[in-house]
This record gives sequence, C-alpha cells and structure tokens, in this order.
Amino acid sequence: MKRRTFLKNTAATTALVTLGDFSLSSFTTVKEKKITILHTNDVHSHIDPFPKDHPKNPGMGGVARRANVIEKIRKEENNVLLLDAGDIFQGTPYFNYYGGELEFKLMSMMQYDVATMGNHDFDNGIDGFNAMLPHANFDFVSANYDFKNTVLDGIVKPYKIIIKDGIKIGIFGLGVELNGLVDKKLYKETVYNNPIEVATDIAKQLKEIEKCDLIICLSHLGFDYKNEPEKVCDVKLAAATQHIDLIIGGHTHTFLDKPIVKINKVGKKVIVNQVGAYGINLGRIDFYLSDNSKYIGQEKNITL
Amino acid sequence: MMFKSKNTNHLYTIFVTILTLIVFNACKSKPYTNYSVEGKKIEINESYTSNQKIESYIAPYRNHINKDLDSIISFCPETLDKNKGEWQTNIGNFMADACLELANPIFFKRENKKIDITLFNHGGIRSIIPKGNITKRNAFEVMPFENSLIVVALKGDKIKAMAQHIITEKKPHPLNGLTIYLNKNNEITNILFNEKHIDETKIYYVLTSDYLSNGGDNMTFFLKNEGTYDLNYKIRNVLIDYFYNHKSIEASNTPRIIKE
Repeated sequence: MKRRTFLKNTAATTALVTLGDFSLSSFTTVKEKKITILHTNDVHSHIDPFPKDHPKNPGMGGVARRANVIEKIRKEENNVLLLDAGDIFQGTPYFNYYGGELEFKLMSMMQYDVATMGNHDFDNGIDGFNAMLPHANFDFVSANYDFKNTVLDGIVKPYKIIIKDGIKIGIFGLGVELNGLVDKKLYKETVYNNPIEVATDIAKQLKEIEKCDLIICLSHLGFDYKNEPEKVCDVKLAAATQHIDLIIGGHTHTFLDKPIVKINKVGKKVIVNQVGAYGINLGRIDFYLSDNSKYIGQEKNITL
Repeated sequence: MMFKSKNTNHLYTIFVTILTLIVFNACKSKPYTNYSVEGKKIEINESYTSNQKIESYIAPYRNHINKDLDSIISFCPETLDKNKGEWQTNIGNFMADACLELANPIFFKRENKKIDITLFNHGGIRSIIPKGNITKRNAFEVMPFENSLIVVALKGDKIKAMAQHIITEKKPHPLNGLTIYLNKNNEITNILFNEKHIDETKIYYVLTSDYLSNGGDNMTFFLKNEGTYDLNYKIRNVLIDYFYNHKSIEASNTPRIIKE
C-alpha cells in the first residue's frame, strides 16, 4: 500500500513537473522589469524657486515645478520610487515659521516613499522632528543612528522594503556623525554607530535573508572629503561594502554632472549619486531587471 | 478517520502533491538580475511649468510669512556692510554691541555676573543691512542660521590667545570689550580691558555663539574654558528684538583694534 501510494505520487509529481516545465517554456517568456528611482537631497526648505536675479542659481528649483517633473515621469513609468537623502529642514523662513510642516506636507503630496535624516533635520531637536512626523506620509530610515533611548525609537527604522511589480527593493539609511556638528541638546540620546560596519550587516541581511533584488542606501555621510582622508564618505562606503546597488548621497551639497560608478569590495559596480542641494536638480536612475538566467553573475551595463 | 475510505486517501495524496508543487514552484520563481542601469540629472529650471495644486497649497503659507517678514520694525540710517573696514566693520560693531545689550541683563539675572567681552565671527554675518526701513527679513538675511548665544568663562591667558587669533586671521570679527593695539607690522603691543591690562589668572566672561564656543571657525581657544552658560537665545531673535526696541539703529564707530 505504502509503496503504491509512493509510486502514484511519483507519477503525479513527474507529470506535474513535466507540465510545469512545459508551461514555463512555452507560455512564459523571459520577464523584464524596470524600476525608476527619483531622488533629491539637501533641499533645505527651498520650497520656492530661487529669485530670477539670484547670483548663483537664478530661477532654479521650486517644489511646484519638481512636482510636475515627477508627475510626468510617473505617467511614463510604472514603477517609480521617490527618495530623499536628508537635510529636508533649514534654509528658508518656511522652516523657521512652520518647523518643517510644509516641507513634509509637500513631500507627501509628491508621494515620496522613503527619506533618511540629515544633521539639519535635528535643528528643532529630535522632539521638533518627531512633532512634524504626522505631516509625513512617507517613512524615514536610518540604520546607524540608534534611537533606542529617544522619542524616535521604533519610529525611524533601519530599513524599509518596497515591492514594485514583483521586484523587492531594500532601502536603508545612514547618517553623519552628530557630535561636533549638532548640539547634543538637540539630538539627545541618539547614538551614532560606524556606518561601514552597519552597512555591511544591513546589506547582507537585505540580500541574504530578505532576498532583495535591489539594495539602495540613502546616505547623509557626504560624497568625499579630499582634505580629511580618514573621514567616512559615500565613495569609501561603496568600496568597503558589498550587495549595495545604489548610494544616494547628501550632506556635502555635491553637484555631480552625472552619477559615478565605484567598484565594491567584491569587484562589482556600485552607483553613487548626489544632486547638489536646494531642489535644483532631481536625480533619476533606471534599473533594468530580467529573470533570464543568462544575466546571472554577469556584470551590469551602466549608461550614464 | 474511521470513515476515511481508500479513495479519499488517494485524493488527499494528490491534493498535497499539487499543493506542494505550487508552493515549490512559487518559491523557486526565477531570480531577477539587474543587467542594465541608466542614470542622469534632471535640472529643475524655468522650462518646466508649476504644478497648480502644489502652488495654491503653498500660497497661504508664503503670504503669511511675507506679510510678517516685510512689516517694518525699525530704520537703518546708513548701510551696514561687513566688507567695509580692515579691523572692524559697522555691521560687526553693531552685532557685537546689540547682542551684548540684550544678553547682559539675562546673564546678570541668571548668574549675577556681567559679560566682559563679546566675540563673533566675520563669516557668520551673511548679508548687509541696507540703508532704509528694517524688516524682520533683514534679520533672517543677516543671520539665517539657528545659532544661539552662550557665555564662555575664559582665563586671561586664553583672552590673549583670542586676541592673537583675531590678529593672525586678519579678519574684522565682531568684537566688544577689548581694545587691541597693533604696531605697523600688525604685532600686538597692548590688549586692554576696561583700560586695564589682561590679568592672566582672572576669569573673563565672553559672549559668543554656540557654534564658535565649540571651536567653530578655528576658535579653539574657547574649548579650554572654565565653564559655559547657555542663554538659549537665538542670535536672529536678538536682532529682531533689538529692532523692535530701537526706532532707528546706530552702529558704533568706536574702534576695537587700533593700529599705531
């Protein structure tokens, strides 16, 4: 009896497997997916465009314009993610008068998905930031700030996973050393942990346990510090880690003409980008993915 | 179980097999590989139209701020500019003197002590105050940062280091309380406080910003202090309060650094 059942099961299995293979090879072709990442950093409360007579950035930026650019891309693309790498606050009277309320409301209207915290986001204290969070319809991530003994405990999480069209995207945040940059009375009991160590662990977790197809780091560490070679920055982070596909940077207000490519710890390409400041630019990175097995292990082709 | 027939058992087996296979197939859905990436920068310039929904959402906030920022609160009889003057500027003198005037009563009330010296940094003055009506907007332009006032207790030897720092940097930092005398080679010949020499062992109370008190702008002499007293008073608010208290603002011409 037992043997018979086994045989029958085996037969059924074989039939189904054959059917399965048949269906795979004849009904489903290779699946292609496209994920579009749009990003800003260091907008610093620049809600209005610069005046037309501004010496450096005449007529540039403005949230209402950025909203239209984003809306147009959303119409053209199915899978858009909108991200920010911190320092949303501070820089115009909008922040001094409303404490970040309007910044968060407008970002929510533009449907931002995830942001990380910059040092200036502590300018009204960690409590001031927390008080504005009800206006934010998007999440904040930070993996190397330990908020355990602060009001943000359990609110700002290390990472967020978003699934777009079956593609699993892990997004984690990294913040700059606060000591010496921000008054302790503002950041309170926030503990800063080594960004490279944290990124190494989180990227591994996102890749191996969460099985993410894409891993994005929102970093407020700064692009590169030529005069301070010991200081951690995005360029160093890219080279010292693995599994990360894209580092979206901030803090140094670096106006890159286009994203750059760095080689990571295991010889793979990482894209690092930063789009200056004040909402003057919007960054756009399109990821093309396929389940065609011919691409497995192959280095990606990057067009910048 | 008692009524379980051979047939149901059979069906059950097939059912489990199918279920297992479905789950198995779902799990082993082929992995996606990122094989290609494109990246670019989109400049948000005047060629793009504004989103009207966003624009009308901002409008009431903007109108409120503009109304408040542009209301006239004082008058400036001459343009105050940090670029006019080698060792002191009219706006620097104004900043140092105004902050001292408003901070001293607070420090005295809290600590029963008087501020001796005031020092800020030239770089911290971010705009001119043009001749004419003064609005709150002027305070935001001069002082866009959130820096607040702090009093740092420094021994006399650090006051001498401070004076040397100012002269070495050759910048007209806003200064009050000290008179520094230089010879023609820009070497310090004398430092006077209340017409007396600096006593190296005495403690002096120096008003500055929280940023500088942490060694900002290379003012590291603030770090070896004998205590600090946070006044929790933003410099921008000091300026606004000063404008409200004075119908017209007067920048002192008293030199603080004198070259012989």
